[in-house]
Amino acid sequence: MVALPDQAGTVTPWWRNRRLIPWLVQAAIGLVVLVVIAFLVGNLVRNLTAAGLLLSWGWLDNPSGFDIAETFLPFNAGLPYWRALLAGLVNTIRVVIAGLVGATLLGTVVGTASFSSNGLLRRLARVYVEVIRNIPLLLQLVFWYFVVFLSLPNGEQAIQLPGIVLAKSGLFLGRPELVNGVWQAPLRFTVEFGALLTGLVVYTAAFIAEVVRGGVASVPMGQWEAARSLGFSKLQTLKRIVLPQALRVIVPGLNSQYISLAKNSSLAVACGYTDLYSVAETTLNQTGRAVEVVLLLLGAYLVIDLVISALMNGLNHLVQIKER
Amino acid sequence: MALLRRLAAALPLFACLALVGCASEGGGIQSQKIATIKARGKLICGVDGKLPGFSFVGSDGSYSGLDVDVCKATAAAVLGDPSKVDYRDLNSSERFAALASGEVDLLSRNTTYTLSRDAAGGNGLSFAPTVFYDGQGLMAPNASGVKNLKDLSGKPICVESGTTTELNLADRMREIKATYTPLKFQTGDQTYAAYLGGRCVAVTSDRSQLAAKRTSFPDPAAHTLLPDVLSKEPLSPATVNADPLWSDAVRWTIYALMQAEELGITQANVDAKVAEAKANANLADLRRFLGVEGDFGKQLGMPADFVVQAVKAVGNYGEIFDRNVGSGSKLKLDRGYNRQWKDGGLIYSPPFR
Repeated sequence: MVALPDQAGTVTPWWRNRRLIPWLVQAAIGLVVLVVIAFLVGNLVRNLTAAGLLLSWGWLDNPSGFDIAETFLPFNAGLPYWRALLAGLVNTIRVVIAGLVGATLLGTVVGTASFSSNGLLRRLARVYVEVIRNIPLLLQLVFWYFVVFLSLPNGEQAIQLPGIVLAKSGLFLGRPELVNGVWQAPLRFTVEFGALLTGLVVYTAAFIAEVVRGGVASVPMGQWEAARSLGFSKLQTLKRIVLPQALRVIVPGLNSQYISLAKNSSLAVACGYTDLYSVAETTLNQTGRAVEVVLLLLGAYLVIDLVISALMNGLNHLVQIKER
Repeated sequence: MALLRRLAAALPLFACLALVGCASEGGGIQSQKIATIKARGKLICGVDGKLPGFSFVGSDGSYSGLDVDVCKATAAAVLGDPSKVDYRDLNSSERFAALASGEVDLLSRNTTYTLSRDAAGGNGLSFAPTVFYDGQGLMAPNASGVKNLKDLSGKPICVESGTTTELNLADRMREIKATYTPLKFQTGDQTYAAYLGGRCVAVTSDRSQLAAKRTSFPDPAAHTLLPDVLSKEPLSPATVNADPLWSDAVRWTIYALMQAEELGITQANVDAKVAEAKANANLADLRRFLGVEGDFGKQLGMPADFVVQAVKAVGNYGEIFDRNVGSGSKLKLDRGYNRQWKDGGLIYSPPFR
């Protein structure tokens, strides 16, 4: 390493150079990390090779041989594994998007209800939050599916409204017909989807309600009083004065709840919904490609969560105070 | 939580693969696995745990069933004590990871022997002899009016994910060009709960399993097994490919149970038979089989009297069958293909020679 002249023109030895030393330390730590990673990966590859399980991806093109109950993209057992995994991913994304919308709406309603002047409403909101967030999600999903949704009547006894049928097999929209004892309609949501969505929405909304409550509470009382004295109604105050300020506190908190919801969607197997995790599990069992399938799973959930984070960071940027 | 358990089952695999070379190189007559089991003093056996007749936890916490008896026989053969078994309940999707990672020594969990599970490029298991020849069937409530596979066209069918039954169902339905909705669940409990909850018109699994599960239904008589047999399901215990000596030990322990039935050696008379063999040097076959002479045990890296210990622990194959799933059990399954070859069945032990 060449010694650098300092400002006074005298030469500082390199071990006393304040700009160089941090770089050297960083490089050394980086090197150690790289060596450790290389060692781990090398071992993994060596042992997988010894076990005859070297990473390969060719199996993704093999026909899957299994069926999927509900898919957005057309799918049958003759299509390859990657199509099955894609169908699972789409199912996951479908329930995550619906869940985010539902949980946000319900959470906001419950969160603002905890500021209501109506005591009953306020207490109901508290009870909801305390009960729901203290029971494990898995139990709630099992409850929604096996106790609530599977208690729906079936066949001709199904709940029928004009254009809508709610049966044990699902929610049918747009002229449902009973064919051979099975309801059919152009638009249908299965009870598995319903149970998972309900579970995720109800659970996540309890946390979002707390985030919203915290956000609203962070706005000084003076803002309410000032708005009141200017003749704003309570709803107007909330909408035009308080919420825009509260959003700055709410949005970062929401981000982590959204990410939790996306990850929690992998509990879908508990209620029979064929999400990415469920398809991956079947694939793993049939192909024996444990490492590859788990890597794909890790990658997929990571990407979903990073996309959510990126969108929320964008939103966060929008609602922050614009300093001029 | 199920997710956590699954990951927990898979973690040792990765930790093991990443950190230390776990694959044993064989090395001499002594199997790495047998040495591990002896040092530990316990056999760790992966079972279902919720399937009456095959492996079921009783109200006192003890395990019983045909699959469990295979574990006990193996523990008796290797360690001389059938009670030295740690049972691990595994669901159908976590079983192979648990075996591959070494979390269990032996998988005795009504697992179908197939090419892709056996092949090194697939699941890489090593299968022991089939202990139960089964076929995939379907069960439907009498009230549903479903009489055969064709009646199920367009209807939802419950199935356990990660099983061969899931694939066979897809194949058969494609053959008869019928559409259907497969509802997949992770555990048998969930599958049968959804079926009993009326979400599916039928549930599919191995016929023995359907018969076994039916015994625990609120009203067993209200459900019928359909006549269609969708597949061959030879249920076999399995070990990992990596330790062929251990696989051999398990294989010949199971053959010993079958051979014992053929020779009329039972749990009750095994001691008398040993005495008889010791007294009479002319009974060479019997003496070799029971380890009175020869070194079959040593060749396998097991005690000389491993056959005697196994039979003493659980009886011969016929006794195990009758007690757990046959005439002496609630299931009352016919021996069917599981008769001895002399009686026209498929149970056939190669010679102990």
